[in-house]
Amino acid sequence: MSDRAVLAVEDLTVTIGTRRGPARAVAGVDWSVRAGETLALVGESGSGKSMSVLAATGLAPRSARVTGRVHLLGTELTGLPGEDRRRMRGRHVGFVFQDPMTSLNPVLTVGRQVTEAGEEHLGLTRRAARARAVELLDLVGIPSPAERVDAYPHQFSGGMRQRVVIAMALACEPDLLIADEPTTALDVTTQAQIVELVADLQRRLGTAVVWITHDLGVVAGIADTVAVMYAGRILEQGPVDAVFTNPSHPYTTALLAARPDPDGGGDELVTIQGSPPSPLDLPAGCAFWPRCPVRGAARCEHELPPLVPVAADHHVRTFYPHHTDGGVPT
Amino acid sequence: MSERVTRLRALVRQAGAQRSAGMSTSREPDEVVAELDDLTVWFPTPAGMVRAVDGVSLQVRRGETLGLVGESGSGKSTTGLALLRLVDPTSGGVRVAGQDVTRWSRRRLRALRRRVAMVFQDPHASLDPRRTIGASIAEPLIVHRLTDRGAARRHRVEELLDMVGLRRDLADRHPHELSGGQRQRVGIARALAGEPDLIVLDEPIASLDLSVQAQIMNLLRRLQRELGLTYLFIAHDLAAVEHMSDRMAVMYLGRIVESGTPAQIWREPAHPYTAALLSAVPVADPRIERQRRRIILSGDIPSPVDPPAGCRFRTRCPQARPDCASTDPVLAEVGPEHRAACLFAGDAVRAMRTP
Amino acid sequence: MSERQRVDHQLTATTTSSGGGDGQLRRALSALRHDPLALTGSAVLALLVVVGLAGSWLAPSGVNDVDVDRMLQPPSWSHPFGTDELGRDVLSRVLVAARVSLQVGLVSVGIALVVGVTLGLFAGYYRGWLDNVLMRCMDVLFAFPVLLLAVAIVAVLGPGLTTAMIAIGVVYTPIFARVTRAGVLSVREQVFVRAAVSIGASDLRIMRRHVLPNIAAPLIVQTSLSLAFAILSEAALSFLGLGVQPPAPAWGRMLYDGRGFVTEAWWLGVFPGAAIFLTVLAFNLVGDALRDVLDPRQLTVSEARRNS
Repeated sequence: MSDRAVLAVEDLTVTIGTRRGPARAVAGVDWSVRAGETLALVGESGSGKSMSVLAATGLAPRSARVTGRVHLLGTELTGLPGEDRRRMRGRHVGFVFQDPMTSLNPVLTVGRQVTEAGEEHLGLTRRAARARAVELLDLVGIPSPAERVDAYPHQFSGGMRQRVVIAMALACEPDLLIADEPTTALDVTTQAQIVELVADLQRRLGTAVVWITHDLGVVAGIADTVAVMYAGRILEQGPVDAVFTNPSHPYTTALLAARPDPDGGGDELVTIQGSPPSPLDLPAGCAFWPRCPVRGAARCEHELPPLVPVAADHHVRTFYPHHTDGGVPT
Repeated sequence: MSERVTRLRALVRQAGAQRSAGMSTSREPDEVVAELDDLTVWFPTPAGMVRAVDGVSLQVRRGETLGLVGESGSGKSTTGLALLRLVDPTSGGVRVAGQDVTRWSRRRLRALRRRVAMVFQDPHASLDPRRTIGASIAEPLIVHRLTDRGAARRHRVEELLDMVGLRRDLADRHPHELSGGQRQRVGIARALAGEPDLIVLDEPIASLDLSVQAQIMNLLRRLQRELGLTYLFIAHDLAAVEHMSDRMAVMYLGRIVESGTPAQIWREPAHPYTAALLSAVPVADPRIERQRRRIILSGDIPSPVDPPAGCRFRTRCPQARPDCASTDPVLAEVGPEHRAACLFAGDAVRAMRTP
Repeated sequence: MSERQRVDHQLTATTTSSGGGDGQLRRALSALRHDPLALTGSAVLALLVVVGLAGSWLAPSGVNDVDVDRMLQPPSWSHPFGTDELGRDVLSRVLVAARVSLQVGLVSVGIALVVGVTLGLFAGYYRGWLDNVLMRCMDVLFAFPVLLLAVAIVAVLGPGLTTAMIAIGVVYTPIFARVTRAGVLSVREQVFVRAAVSIGASDLRIMRRHVLPNIAAPLIVQTSLSLAFAILSEAALSFLGLGVQPPAPAWGRMLYDGRGFVTEAWWLGVFPGAAIFLTVLAFNLVGDALRDVLDPRQLTVSEARRNS
């Protein structure tokens, strides 16, 4: 594990122009991921978790305005011309998206698709590309890869398709793998297979992984560090053990408690009232304030809490890091 | 698990217990509201006959929640649809409120659908985008002529909105103006409108955000307590089914492979598939995640066009033995109210769990 | 909340429209207001309606005021569009004929709409043998060239305004049946239709309350485009002498009558021709603009263009 960040994002802000005015999707986000490490970005829909990664890698929609600094392997990406940035991304970053069916082209064999990026970025010949495709399919655990290399995506099951997508992402031996809800569309037993596969590949290849998910259980299993996002900001960030055993933001605590606990029993689940705010109309102060069980002081409404440390590397954006269970601050 | 999380849960649990104290629903404990008897549902496709449901028997009793858990392709949703006769049974029987509805005509079925209501997975897709919330909720009232038009209907719609915790003025809005959680509340209000004997909840929380899932589950529990409702809760989320159900059944490839109380299923699963499913569910605690031994199943669920002979799970079962290919196991008692369809029920799971 | 939903859609860069109820129509209308071509088309149509309603009142002279002394006069201040071979005022005849064109367009498209939508609705909703029988019949009708079919129908029923309207209506029925059926096929698979079935709603109720309103957009577009073609077909039938019978004025018939004088009296053909051209163009412009804003796929393209 090296100390240098593979991807580091500083003060990243993404504003998207809509007909109803600018929508702030991401606001002042900092995170980084090192080789061999997994960073989990957790949040609900609209929290900006995906957008922050897309913007960092230059894949934000054209209507988005992106500010901040992004370093990929020490190179500042934001200043680069589009073509150079595209080459950097193609060479060093692999992507796995949620729906394996739409990530694959239905009319090309999986072999062709797996090595398409490789042919472009590594200059492989057709024959070498095919051999490489078989190797990659074998790597991601597809049985009898030499035969399956000529099959089409529809001949694969959902889990096998996601393996093909992972093989595609690994074709250029990327330094960074970005996995955007890669198991959300899959069954739990298949999810367990894919999680196991990525963890195993990471051990063998030393890839850095950014895993975007809403599932706290998956995070607990795969992440080294975790950032909890809400309405475009990071509310809590730190090593996975610290965040899960000592959740210090009311939102994180409530999210962890909201899942049914089969060993605990009880009728009533912990809930968070209401729903997340519109990115077009964010509160002036803390965005979680209207739903927050603590909500003790008027300052939360008007003043944005800073991200403050509660332990080594463990930061939380709240004025009241020790009132997470709804107790009224004094 | 973090102390803070435990404390927060305890607080909410106390509050919930106080609220529900003294609110006991009167019910005949063993009255069967709906019943499937060796149901099979086969669909013809170009690839062959898809055996979506292949011999399922179950009973839903008044006032209880029966949970149905399974992965995609298990046939759990088709089973739910069969209770409303939204799919035609290939063989077997469907009984609702004591009447055999297996062969009912389309016209008679419309009346059945007042007795059994349904809540769908995607609350956005299940509401007509061009009709107001009020019109959607009122539809069962109109179809079954339950209220007069005008003020009475309006009043009933408002009452239903109150029940599911929505503001009354939302009646004039369109679905796209609501959040996902609000839309699912509308779906629940519509299901309540006809005062059904049974509500089939087909993945009612799967497409909602985590913080909203808990709201909807609490709402469903509260409505059940207050109105004495009967649920068939269908989901792939084992923890949610465990939380919601009084009894539950695990489905695999068109069959029920295990049934029992949630505690039995969670603590002492008897079928290898249940054990594998349990071990695949991620737990939001890094320390537990690091220590536990996963039972990773190999391969995928086989095609329902051509299910394996003998035990359907044997192709993926870590404990499959020669007998499993020749004998098709039936659901057999392994404890009080606890059944499993495995020739080596109990033993196989013990063998899987010991390294 | 609507904002949040919409922005969510844009944030995740999905391409489905979040279209809902009145919002869609309102958006469509506001989009039309900002489209200069659609505005021009609407203005021409508005003018046409005024002329159609008040044509005989606006006309400077009677349509059949024969004045042989003043025959075949070129456009002048007293006769802005000139006079024909019987000395009748061409402007007056063009103005009055607008009514016939509109009437034929509306009635024939009305027939096609009602019959076509009904057939398409039942075929698409029930599928099976009914669908097969109905749609094969539509295919047969569709296989004939439009005008040939219309001529054949008029030949059977005898020439005249009423038969022209029926003939054109029959000719355009298959298009509406197909557009409707395609819409029904996709809407009936939507979860909200299944939800209505689960409630116990009757088939007729589901078709009327849930299916039809959700396929209104393509039908509105098709209606507008069909009006243009119907008016063109009426002109063609009248040109062939199978539509409106003389001496009543009709653009197509006037075109036919002017044919013999092309070299010496160009105004006999040019003005009715221009009227046909403008009317058809206006309907097409409006129809295309409606298609752009009402078709969900087109919608996201135009929205994306505006957003970037």
